[in-house]
Amino acid sequence: MSSADIYREIILDYYRNPRNYGKLTNPDIAQRDSNPLCGDELEMHLNIKDNNVVDVKFTGKGCAISQASASMLTELIMGKSFEDVKKLSKEDILDNLGLHDLGPARIKCALLSLKVLKSGLYSYLSEKLQDAASADKIKEEASGLY
Amino acid sequence: MINIENIRNDFPILKRKVHKDKALVYFDNAATTQKPIQVIDAISNYYLNYNSNIHRAVHELAEEATIAYETTRDKIAKFVNVKNREEIIFVRGTTEAINLVAYAWGRQNVNKDDIIITTEYEHHSNIVPWQLLTKEKGARLEYIGVDDNGELLLDQLDKYLETGRVKLVTFSQMSNVLGTITDSEEIIRRCKKKGAKVLVDGAQSVPHLKVDLQKLDCDFFAFSAHKMLGPTGVGVLWARKELLENMVPFNGGGDMIREVHKYETTWNDLPYKFEAGTPNIADVIGFSAAIDYLEKIGMDKVREHEIEITKYALDKISEIKGIKLYGPMDTAKRGGVISFNLGDIHPHDLATIIDEDGVAIRSGHHCAQVLMERLDVSATSRASFYIYNTKDEVDVFVKSLYRAKELFRL
Repeated sequence: MSSADIYREIILDYYRNPRNYGKLTNPDIAQRDSNPLCGDELEMHLNIKDNNVVDVKFTGKGCAISQASASMLTELIMGKSFEDVKKLSKEDILDNLGLHDLGPARIKCALLSLKVLKSGLYSYLSEKLQDAASADKIKEEASGLY
Repeated sequence: MINIENIRNDFPILKRKVHKDKALVYFDNAATTQKPIQVIDAISNYYLNYNSNIHRAVHELAEEATIAYETTRDKIAKFVNVKNREEIIFVRGTTEAINLVAYAWGRQNVNKDDIIITTEYEHHSNIVPWQLLTKEKGARLEYIGVDDNGELLLDQLDKYLETGRVKLVTFSQMSNVLGTITDSEEIIRRCKKKGAKVLVDGAQSVPHLKVDLQKLDCDFFAFSAHKMLGPTGVGVLWARKELLENMVPFNGGGDMIREVHKYETTWNDLPYKFEAGTPNIADVIGFSAAIDYLEKIGMDKVREHEIEITKYALDKISEIKGIKLYGPMDTAKRGGVISFNLGDIHPHDLATIIDEDGVAIRSGHHCAQVLMERLDVSATSRASFYIYNTKDEVDVFVKSLYRAKELFRL
């Protein structure tokens, strides 16, 4: 897709004015990851209560795609049930961003946020909920993202 | 003056289009350069006409291949002005050359509390091997800092040399990010006085400057073929004979032995002691053609052309509002490498945008995260030039930068 289609007003807006930017104190989930190829960094914090995402924040540095993607993802999952968040797919993220047909290098930027989220859910499922089966499933999904 | 049109005609890839109909503007030469037809032909000629293993077989093909391979060694010795051809060791590239020194020299000569010095503008390949070695030995790894102009703070070197514990000082002759040309002779002079050995990473310098190793007077020197018109997978380690003779082998196997018995082996002579296994024969032969090509142009002319194009690009780019340039502005002190940032456009976004106009640049940390930290940026964009690049291409690049600005509403 062309740059004019990628760098739309909304992507630039989320890049320059990220929603839910910051950290939570004592979050239930805290997950950090980076893309070794380009050095993009992302950390997500979530609080879970009664099986719902009650608060979510992120910090990071990187390109417009990775940062806008993370910010938009936080809005997408805020208030959602834990079950719905677990089900989020690659397509959901790209739909939400309005970015399709990204090349192999740039799709990693768009999906870093989902990768961080899924890795965070993995730790939460395996350590706090002791749900090994769901944890393994989500770990596999995370590693299969790119 | 070099005849750019003739040169460009020798590079088939420069005729291709990218993104359907855009002429390719290849400004990622610090990562790897394009290859002239002479290099491609040399490799294919080897496979078509005299493919065989070297050194041991007595048939005609083997003889031709051995001569072609060994002639390259002679050419390289002449190209960087080395007296003894057996001091030229073929390796996979600069990274392997540095790792070879860290393993085969470092493990024997670096002990607890010794100091190894590198610099803040090194490529990861000249940092990580030394981290591995110093951690294993309980030795210290220290850095020469970089000033705001992108030059090394040499006073910091003296402080460490005074301790008498410095075993090795290692640095690149030209920074792959800033383009800074290191004052190598001055560093080597100071190290010699204190008995410290010196390794010079010539990956960025040998392709662009006349390098004279006898004059430079360092102890180890490394460079790669693919950054100087040659194929990937071939590089050179040069080291003083007396050092190489006292070093242990890096890899054990065929070709590096004199006699093998059940429990003991004696080593082959230099350089073969360090060239275990069947080497990258085809690409060494391709490298030979690359050197011929550069010698025909003349390294002084290569440098002259790059200064001209870098000056032109620096002038044009600095006019762009919101641009931040890194490294020395004086082209006498920098090679054809320009690192920059434009407003709040992340380098990956910038590279994506200008790629659509056919312009290939590099974006990211350039395997120099220590330097990125020093510059307090997560990444930069980098344009790097070579003999086939033109001022017209710089114009396309600059125009594309203005388009990126527009897309980002800057």
